[in-house]
Amino acid sequence: MTTLTISAATTATREHGLHLLREMLRIRRFEEKSAEMYSASKIRGFLHLYIGEEAVAVGVMEALRPEDNILATYREHGQALARGVSAGSIMAEMYGKQEGCARGRGGSMHLFDKETRFFGGNAIVGGHLPLAVGMALADKMRGDERVTCIFFGDGAVAEGEFHESLNLAKLWHLPVLFVCENNQYGMGTALEFSHAVTNLAKRAASYDMPTEQVDGMDVLAVEEVARRMATAVRNGEGPHFMECITYRFRAHSMFDAELYRQKTEVSEWRQRDPINQLMTQMKTDGTLTEADVTTMEREIAQEMDEAVAFAEAGTWEPLADLTRFVYSEN
Amino acid sequence: MTLLTPVLEPMRVAELRTLTYREAMREAMRDAMRRDDRVFLMGEDVGRYGGCFAVSMGLLEAFGPQRIIDTPLSESAFTGAGIGAALNGMRPIVEVMTCNFSLLAADQIMNNAATLLHMSGGQFNVPLVIRMSTGGGKQLAAQHSHSLEGWYAHIPGLKVIVPATVEDAYGMLWTALEDPDPVLIFENSLLYNLRGEVPLEPAPIDIDTARVRRPGDDVTIITYGMSLHKSLTAAETLAEAGIEAEVIDLRSLRPLDDATYINSIAKTHRAVIVDEGWRSGSISAEIMARIVEQAFYELDAPIARVCTEEVPLPYAKHLEEAALPQLEKIVTAVKSLL
Repeated sequence: MTTLTISAATTATREHGLHLLREMLRIRRFEEKSAEMYSASKIRGFLHLYIGEEAVAVGVMEALRPEDNILATYREHGQALARGVSAGSIMAEMYGKQEGCARGRGGSMHLFDKETRFFGGNAIVGGHLPLAVGMALADKMRGDERVTCIFFGDGAVAEGEFHESLNLAKLWHLPVLFVCENNQYGMGTALEFSHAVTNLAKRAASYDMPTEQVDGMDVLAVEEVARRMATAVRNGEGPHFMECITYRFRAHSMFDAELYRQKTEVSEWRQRDPINQLMTQMKTDGTLTEADVTTMEREIAQEMDEAVAFAEAGTWEPLADLTRFVYSEN
Repeated sequence: MTLLTPVLEPMRVAELRTLTYREAMREAMRDAMRRDDRVFLMGEDVGRYGGCFAVSMGLLEAFGPQRIIDTPLSESAFTGAGIGAALNGMRPIVEVMTCNFSLLAADQIMNNAATLLHMSGGQFNVPLVIRMSTGGGKQLAAQHSHSLEGWYAHIPGLKVIVPATVEDAYGMLWTALEDPDPVLIFENSLLYNLRGEVPLEPAPIDIDTARVRRPGDDVTIITYGMSLHKSLTAAETLAEAGIEAEVIDLRSLRPLDDATYINSIAKTHRAVIVDEGWRSGSISAEIMARIVEQAFYELDAPIARVCTEEVPLPYAKHLEEAALPQLEKIVTAVKSLL
């Protein structure tokens, strides 16, 4: 296991710390609620939980603006929530209701939201990297100062589309922030069994773009790197690559018996839970009280209950609409 | 083989000019880029080289490297980049050298271009045009010669068009670029030197209907692309024997314009399908199924098909010619029904 240290939190104000904590907790509680609703058969299909990796989505999202483009993987509830897609519309999507953020056409793996420029929810590993290149190309051609931020896992680095896309992004000097969420496993296959070079930032560096590895269990560290890189991308300095070293605490999906890893490994990583780490640090700094946590938990529990209620109250799209959205209607 | 001058209905517009199919495609792209700042072209060797088939020759000089973009040999990434640019407000034209190479981008075409509108519940459409060459007949062997348009026509979310005339090359590209959804254009590479007339003031032409290219009462030949020209020549040969074939140019494989060929069969009661794809699981099989579903009782004879033989296309000239649909095979197939 990589040995990592938590960065100094001296720059975090109390408000900012509370905001980061709340966003991570929202994701954690949302995922727990999703697992519960899956067990209750309210959610079906594949469900991939983000528990353990919350610091990555929350830290990176701090660096982005409303006009930026975001693409994510099939483990994207966290990114969607952090971006501002409502918990209710995500839960309704997973229920398959037409009030869902993709009208129930996508489910857990395919969350989309035009308003927040959230372009999925993409479930072909690596398949969304070329899309990010094209979105950034369009912005560059028009002179729009947007950043296209793309999240992908360590597994995607083994795909040809990763290498094609990084090459194009660098060749054309495009405003892309590549965020690799290295959670150590591509489904059940560990990094060492997938990659000849397990330092993924080094792989990206071969395309001559700035790269950095960051402790993905430390939200402040993630935020710091993301802000620096997003600013550079926005300033026309071309694509940047950050590798967030993180860990998925739960199974790959709801069908995973986790035969490929030791329980001790999981418990060791749980010692570095990103939420607990931030809480501990803020308490040490004197910027967080037990009362703050209690209040926050109560508010989030209410938000999640409301999300479930929204999904429950949602409606099924009429069967007559089945073949809609294959082609545009206007 | 030599290209045959197509027998087409006379144009109603008085002022015409003669172009090759290649020039018509180029002019269509040039005019689209003049009309719309969002249109740009990217692909392998489209700029400095002038295009593998010289379709984009001169466009780099006219529009510069920002809009005529040479890409590396990364079919998946540049096709996906076209999809991404389309999602983000542009109107890209992606050129893939041959449809065999498009298989390297099949993930992007099938899993992204065709699905994003649906998966997003109607939020994100993909106004992208992908042009690719198709077809055999130039001794390019089994990795440059296949006809995969029928495969792509299997996929909901795509539109698949097969312009066979110079006028359609120009007008269908125009319409494809105005379509809100992904359109794949298959250009049979033997057609690039075809000469034909386009109006001096050209206009967009629909991309979803078939055309009767030659009227006739005795048999309906349903075809598209290069096979249209072989079929028109076969029809002339048949006419000498007193058989009048009605030749239908499908123009679009998705959607298929059922009404045009069903109406024709209601008149002729006999049908031959000529398709440069392989027979098994092909667009010819789909058309045959639709005829059976919709016009079974109109038929006076079984439906016949002329397809490419079920081999990867061979290099040797005599073998390749034997593998592809040819005039004699079409004539024989028609006569077998009468």
